Amino acid sequence: MECVFGLVGKGFAIVAADTSAVNSILVHKSNEDKVMVLDSHKLLGASGEPGDRVQFTEYIQKNVHLYQFRNGIPLTTAATANFTRGELATALRKNPYSVNILLAGYDKGVGPSMYYIDYIATMHKIEKGAFGYGSYFCLSMMDRLYHPDMSIEEAIDLIDKCIIEIRTRLVVAPPNFVIKIVDQDGAREYAWRESIKSPDVSMA
Amino acid sequence: MLLLVFGLSFLSFFPSLSLSQHFAPTRTKPHHRISVSLNLKQRKQREEKRRMMMKLDTSGLESFSAAVPSAMAAAEDQLFAPPSFDLPAGCADFDKFQMEAKQTLKHAKGTTTLAFIFNQGVIVAADSRASMGGYISSQSVKKIIEINPYMLGTMAGGAADCQFWHRNLGIKCRLHELANKRRISVTGASKLLANILYSYRGMGLSIGTMIAGWDEKGPGLYYVDSEGGRLKGNRFSVGSGSPYAYGVLDNGYRPDMTVEEAHELARRAIYHATFRDGASGGVVSVYHVGPNGWKKLSGDDVSELHYKYYPVQPTPVEHEMVDAPPA
Repeated sequence: MECVFGLVGKGFAIVAADTSAVNSILVHKSNEDKVMVLDSHKLLGASGEPGDRVQFTEYIQKNVHLYQFRNGIPLTTAATANFTRGELATALRKNPYSVNILLAGYDKGVGPSMYYIDYIATMHKIEKGAFGYGSYFCLSMMDRLYHPDMSIEEAIDLIDKCIIEIRTRLVVAPPNFVIKIVDQDGAREYAWRESIKSPDVSMA
Repeated sequence: MLLLVFGLSFLSFFPSLSLSQHFAPTRTKPHHRISVSLNLKQRKQREEKRRMMMKLDTSGLESFSAAVPSAMAAAEDQLFAPPSFDLPAGCADFDKFQMEAKQTLKHAKGTTTLAFIFNQGVIVAADSRASMGGYISSQSVKKIIEINPYMLGTMAGGAADCQFWHRNLGIKCRLHELANKRRISVTGASKLLANILYSYRGMGLSIGTMIAGWDEKGPGLYYVDSEGGRLKGNRFSVGSGSPYAYGVLDNGYRPDMTVEEAHELARRAIYHATFRDGASGGVVSVYHVGPNGWKKLSGDDVSELHYKYYPVQPTPVEHEMVDAPPA
């Protein structure tokens, strides 16, 4: 049910994910952020079992920060992806983590990049990718409509088309999505696409 | 004789288990895991051998007539057969018994608990029924656990698991206070519990709890479960009756309610859940957590609430019985 997808454009990379926290038929939360900001120029979109997802992504985040503290320079996206994949692979035959990851980052000199990391530690460097039931609808759409060096407007348009398609065709479609972007100015939240708004408390 | 020795060797293990010192184990599977280098056939043989070893040697208990040839035995069974009894269930195959025991516990979290944040703090409410399958074992279980004077936890799932781990969490919170000279935040407390539960993943703990409290940042509410999930939110309901409670709670919720309105909403939501869900019932307890800590607001029996919300109406009689006219 969890949909995570993303693509690389001209000088930026986008990761979008649904924001439902579900337990069998119950939706506990519709605004759970599943795209983690790893550091200033990296995004980590993760889907999978709830405990594993949070624990593993936080573990990766803390290790990325530790490297920066120890060595004074941040890890590159490629290095982060290989580290993540290595952790998944080491744990695979003992206590596998059930997390699928899309890692996107921007490196000076290299530009934007995106890595697809599976729960069984498959890793590919890709231009566009998707996880979850939404991938059945998004992958072909992105194959058809994507071209290299898309502008931000074109890319967001494609992401929106994917979201609409998921909402139209997936039987238990998640109502809300979050879109995050990473470019030379850093990793940040771009937009939320909400079709169900929950009343928010002024204090919380 | 053999049996006695076997039993004694088991007994010698028990004194070494002490619950007073507890540490969260690292996330590794039990030690008898077989390495992947063996092929499938070898692995299967090993499994068989291991399963055989767990079976008790019951040859000493076999009745006398088994040794006698069957022709004679049939006639003499009634006269000479010594009294025999069946071994209790589970003795023959401990592994399978343990698996089956775990399955019976998996009948879902039979309860209804809810909690929500509003402008005046947090309201926490729960029912009080404990059920074992179709049997109601208690109607007066305390499902709202007081971790410390400003934090509450709710119980859903295994009662012992919830009680023990909330108590343990209370200990850890107090240690944090002593070590850091300030109260622990609700975020910190829920993360402590979530990490412990994550390290016990897959080992059969059944806990679906909400940690509600008031800290320096204001009211806080987290949902933590034994699968390892931890969610921050404004409204949660946990248990088999939770969909029913969500229906009433979501409809009546407004962030700017007064404490009385919020109290009534929580009570109503639990009542409706107990009405429809067989595994929920008993007494509705409602607590309020404010800036000065928690306070119990009410504890009402749901059957009394039923007649309060839906008082008995005199129903019109359709046909009245009259005496037959004398002939």
